[in-house]
Amino acid sequence: MQVRRTVPIVLFLLILPTLVGAQTPTIGLITKTETNPYFVMMKKGAESAAKANGVRLLSGAGRNDGDNAGQVAVIENMIAAGAKVIMITPSDAKAIVPAIKRAQAKGILVIALDSPSDPVDAADALFATDNYRAGTLIGRYARAALKGKPARIATLDLIPGHPVGAQRHNGFLKGFGLTAPDRNVNTLGKPAEVVCMADSYGDQSRGQTAMENCLQKNPDINVVYTINEPTAAGAYKALKSRRREKDVVLVSVDGGCQGVRDVASGEIAATAQQYPMKMAEMGVSAAMTFIRTGKKPRGYTDTGVALIAAKPLAGVESRDVKTGLDLCFGRK
Amino acid sequence: MSGAVVMQATGLVKRYGHVTALDGTDFELRAGEILAVIGDNGAGKSSLIKALSGALVPDEGEILLDGRPVHFRTPIDARRAGIETVYQDLAVAPAMSIAENLFLGRELRRAGALGHVFRMLDKPRMIAESRMHLQALQIGVTSMTQAVESLSGGQRQGVAVARSAAFAQHVVIMDEPTAALGVKESGMVLDLIRRVRDRGLAVVLISHNMPHVFELADRIHVARLGRRVAVLNPKHVSMSNAVAVMTGAMRSEDLSPDARA
Amino acid sequence: MKLRLPSAATLGPLVALVMACAFFGMRSDRFLTGDNLSIVLQQVMVVGVIAVGQTLIILTAGVDLSCGMVMALGGIVMTTLAVEHGVPVPMAIGCGIGATTAVGLVNGLLVTRLKLPPFIVTLGTLNIAFATTQLYSNAQTVTDVPDSMTALGGTFQVGNTSIVYGVVVMLLLYMVATYVLTQTAAGRHLYAVGNNLEAARLSGIATPRVLLGVYVVAGMCYGLAALLSVARTGVGDPNAGQAENLEAITAVVLGGTSLFGGRGALFGTLVGALIVGVFRNGLTLIGVSSVYQVLVTGVLVILAVAADQFARRGGRAT
Repeated sequence: MQVRRTVPIVLFLLILPTLVGAQTPTIGLITKTETNPYFVMMKKGAESAAKANGVRLLSGAGRNDGDNAGQVAVIENMIAAGAKVIMITPSDAKAIVPAIKRAQAKGILVIALDSPSDPVDAADALFATDNYRAGTLIGRYARAALKGKPARIATLDLIPGHPVGAQRHNGFLKGFGLTAPDRNVNTLGKPAEVVCMADSYGDQSRGQTAMENCLQKNPDINVVYTINEPTAAGAYKALKSRRREKDVVLVSVDGGCQGVRDVASGEIAATAQQYPMKMAEMGVSAAMTFIRTGKKPRGYTDTGVALIAAKPLAGVESRDVKTGLDLCFGRK
Repeated sequence: MSGAVVMQATGLVKRYGHVTALDGTDFELRAGEILAVIGDNGAGKSSLIKALSGALVPDEGEILLDGRPVHFRTPIDARRAGIETVYQDLAVAPAMSIAENLFLGRELRRAGALGHVFRMLDKPRMIAESRMHLQALQIGVTSMTQAVESLSGGQRQGVAVARSAAFAQHVVIMDEPTAALGVKESGMVLDLIRRVRDRGLAVVLISHNMPHVFELADRIHVARLGRRVAVLNPKHVSMSNAVAVMTGAMRSEDLSPDARA
Repeated sequence: MKLRLPSAATLGPLVALVMACAFFGMRSDRFLTGDNLSIVLQQVMVVGVIAVGQTLIILTAGVDLSCGMVMALGGIVMTTLAVEHGVPVPMAIGCGIGATTAVGLVNGLLVTRLKLPPFIVTLGTLNIAFATTQLYSNAQTVTDVPDSMTALGGTFQVGNTSIVYGVVVMLLLYMVATYVLTQTAAGRHLYAVGNNLEAARLSGIATPRVLLGVYVVAGMCYGLAALLSVARTGVGDPNAGQAENLEAITAVVLGGTSLFGGRGALFGTLVGALIVGVFRNGLTLIGVSSVYQVLVTGVLVILAVAADQFARRGGRAT
């Protein structure tokens, strides 16, 4: 008796999401974390775009950068919730692929935002910053700022083996005019001019520690490349305590609002700004096309990157701090 | 064995639900004697000892210490009243030194500001006094700063006994002190118990080991079914008769009058 | 009184530290300079102070998984109050340390009153502290911290070497805490509680009060660590403490304090923290990836725990 009564209820519950989904389509956004301001902006962009298009947006994240299992769980939940499209910034490019495949097998469109999956074509499309180009921009600026002095470079990188870390690092070397690995290479180039390399995990406190140790190794460092702006803030603190903040060229990537303010105050010489809100908006609009017409986006779309510098230098195109602040993380 | 009564209990009752652990038992301990407490499992032996050492509070009955009624709520109360217990499972801190174990919970502080303001321990004095206490009982350990875990089982028991003897004013209760020891070490601990008695303390000895009981005890308290069924004189009773009383095969009235104490 | 030599458990890590210093000293002429050693010290000052609290707890046979997250909470509370609410700096610092102490009190009450295992209790507070920090700060780093709050990050000169005030604070804390642990009854009771809880209770020690006190003092240590972290980085960072959380436990274990409680010394913990710091600094100086520091730390942790187990078995064998 019990069983007979339960079966229709369960069936109804299983069908319910599809019924509701038929009215308002659901899409999902999965970021690396929910706490990093970068992803907060990305989520804002997705929310407003979803609202404008009349779709329901589910969002989720791993607990910390690198938490693949957390992201997989969110994908499973979104599949269960009947999402038609999932946008994801993979924390672990390779490990996320099986979960992406499972979603695609259910007819779900998967768009990678910000960071590629590995292989890149595991996701249906990628909307991201060209990180190699971001590196190239700040490399060029750093070289111009050095005004022909011999370079002693420290690089405060992300974590070993991360493609974004490698692309920015190698792009920086390329822009600086040094021998640099190609954009597809996932190992960090180390020409003789790079006198110290350390991993910062993108974290301010560890960035500070790494910079202090690099200055111990080579007190005559005059160019510092940092993976992101929190790392740059840590590096600046270390440089300042050694009274080296004036004669070292410190460059970074991200263009977050705090980072641009640090450019304005002169702590960071230049940063390559990326546009997470734009990524999310482009992702949502591709999702709408898919939901309405069934047409899938393909391949890689560059969401743009621009150099923000307080002091423009001859021969290097840059935007000023005011523009940077207007656009920081895609704010309008 | 005609010393004054140090500790006395009358009509102690302890019930746990339907189980009656103590069924109106009496108890009497005289100055300067070793009183052995024997009994089968479930005879109420350990409940009696717990009541005397403050580890349990009896439902009924009265305990007198030096003729005055006492009410122990915790082992600490009993200790304050001058009753020290040596526990079966050796209540020592193995990684700490002999001196630290001896003075655990009643450390000595330095005189003057060092002690009062900075709460500084007087380690030299604690070490010296520990050495004195151990020497008084002829326990052959010289370094008071060595960890208790580096001692043999018998030596560890020695530390536990010395600790009780050092601070007891009236009574030392020893719960199965030789249970975990070999023959030679047991002999050492038995000597130790005698020396504690010879210093004028009354000793309650709980043991399953009949030869040890007969070797040491001045009187034997026999517990059975939650009551005291006899007090025997080990010099005038055979071991087999004592066991017979303990198991209920013989009544104490059946023994010769001089077997009773 | 005879001076007791460091026990074998403490001597091992000290030897490892000296050997590591000798190795890096030979490979890089910059390693053994006053300047560089001062930098190593300032890099370990935050984790070193957390590890004092952690050592106290581990000595009672507990463990505190929440230490780093509680520190992050303290840092966010003190910086937010000062920067966004204009609370005077001493009061803001007091509130930050008060917040961490309160978490310590909660940990202690759960362990002593409800008799819950410390591992589980602090796993819970780890998550609660993390979430509270994120919510309270809106996951934003607090900048423009007043100079008076970061004063401990300033330096003074000894010869040519500049030393951070926070390092002095850390060393003072180690000295005071070592005095309390070795020279007062409270300290000995703490060891006794970790060594044999039942024996301590039967000896008349108020064991719940000792345990509660340990968790509260540990909370205060995390608050002080929060102040040092703010002083060092110049910001209130909601993502602080994630590395320090496990690094503090690592330092305690490397320093030879037994996870089974009752054995160990604070001096060892300082050595343990320095081992981690020396490898991180030294490997950078000789141009080796920091991943090797993680590898070496892992190996040393296992060696330390194995030595602890071996010592215990050796002690029991008689």
